[in-house]
Amino acid sequence: MITVSSLLDDYWYERYKKISKLNIRSSIYDVTDRCNLRCKGCFFFSSGEHERASEEKDVNKWHGFVEKEMARGVNLAILIGGEPTLCLDRIEAFYKRLPTFCATNGLIKVPRDRFPDMMVGLSLWGDAEDEKILRGKDTFKISSANYEGDPHAYYLYTITPKQLGKTEKIIKKIQDVGLKVHMQLLSNDEGVDGFSWQPEELVEVRAEMDDMLDKYPGTVISSKYYHEVITTGKMLDRTFGWMECPSVTEPIDKRNPRPKRLTNFIRWASDLQTMHRCCTSETRDCSTCKDGAAHMSWVMVNKRAHIKTSKDLQNWIEVYEMFAKLYQFIPW
Amino acid sequence: MFRHDHPATLDNHITVAMSNDSTTVTKIAEIIINELKLEDVTPESFDADLDLVDEVGIDSMDLATIALVLRDEYGIRIDEDDYPKLTTVRIIAAYIEDKLNSND
Ligand code: SF4
Ligand code: SF4
Repeated sequence: MITVSSLLDDYWYERYKKISKLNIRSSIYDVTDRCNLRCKGCFFFSSGEHERASEEKDVNKWHGFVEKEMARGVNLAILIGGEPTLCLDRIEAFYKRLPTFCATNGLIKVPRDRFPDMMVGLSLWGDAEDEKILRGKDTFKISSANYEGDPHAYYLYTITPKQLGKTEKIIKKIQDVGLKVHMQLLSNDEGVDGFSWQPEELVEVRAEMDDMLDKYPGTVISSKYYHEVITTGKMLDRTFGWMECPSVTEPIDKRNPRPKRLTNFIRWASDLQTMHRCCTSETRDCSTCKDGAAHMSWVMVNKRAHIKTSKDLQNWIEVYEMFAKLYQFIPW
Repeated sequence: MFRHDHPATLDNHITVAMSNDSTTVTKIAEIIINELKLEDVTPESFDADLDLVDEVGIDSMDLATIALVLRDEYGIRIDEDDYPKLTTVRIIAAYIEDKLNSND
């Protein structure tokens, strides 16, 4: 029988032991239906999710709701939008109780006296020019001024095909303001011209992401295996897609057969009653989905499938570590 | 002197206790091997003290599957809060025996 220690030397085994018992169970919460931006390609608005439910305004209901989520076993709350920072009291209902991550466009600074160590993910869609095309303004200017040097914040850099060959400039900019960066790929739901991935571009972007990780290991939080999986849609001998995806809301998951390795994931709308299909847009085509969280989770829930060769297991460890760092379960 | 007083009783006692234990241990090893589709190991050769998380690489999803089979096999419910404690086949066997005894 293949055991973990038969595949890993002492160095890797120590790394493995730091994450092997973490058992992270996340769910995703829309905090509000509103945003102070309107980005092209934002699935929340393009797929009409903002109209699916009307947000719960009674903050006491949010407190009770979070308690119920914890009783369900959730130990990581991922807060998304609209723009969560428009509703700090709702964020607090999560933050007071459990590890909480807040995705934001960074235009409003999370008050650190109220949320001293909450991890904040700052969305960034490219250089100033792309940001202006896609989001109407250069958000980096504002978000970097708000969060410069903050140890509990990092950039979530969504790479678009137009960014090919230009990512280093962005990574350097982020390094210069003393922040980390995690890279993900745009899945464009709105068909904005030139922002959909072609196969050869995926090959190129993988090489570029690998290169950035090699050159800026203190700034880029990533792993080459994650780059491989997200650009090829392949893990071991399997292909990513609807029948494999671990980020489907469990109570409304009608897949047959249902994948075995699921973690009771739910993505809640801001009325605290409606559930969205998955961690991203309901209108997204699973066969071209590049959702970073879904791909990471896909690797993470398939640990034993990676207990085959030393390289496979090391790959799994690196992806799990990446996730654990991004959500503060282990230090940077 | 004591050693020779009731050799049969003493031996019997030990044999019975160990056989109970080893039956449960082997059964649980068999369940784990089948459920996780482990290769190159038999219920008899499975090291009952091997750390299932650190060495076999099982996670809470595997444990949930195993817990369902154990529930059907032994008629006991394994609380999810107890999963972190169930780190080896021998510990699971003791946990089950304990539950079965407390149900008596
Ligand atoms: S900032 Fe985020 S939620 Fe707001 S429009 Fe842009 S992508 Fe959508
Ligand atoms: S769109 Fe992506 S995240 Fe959603 S179910 Fe499909 S593959 Fe999973």
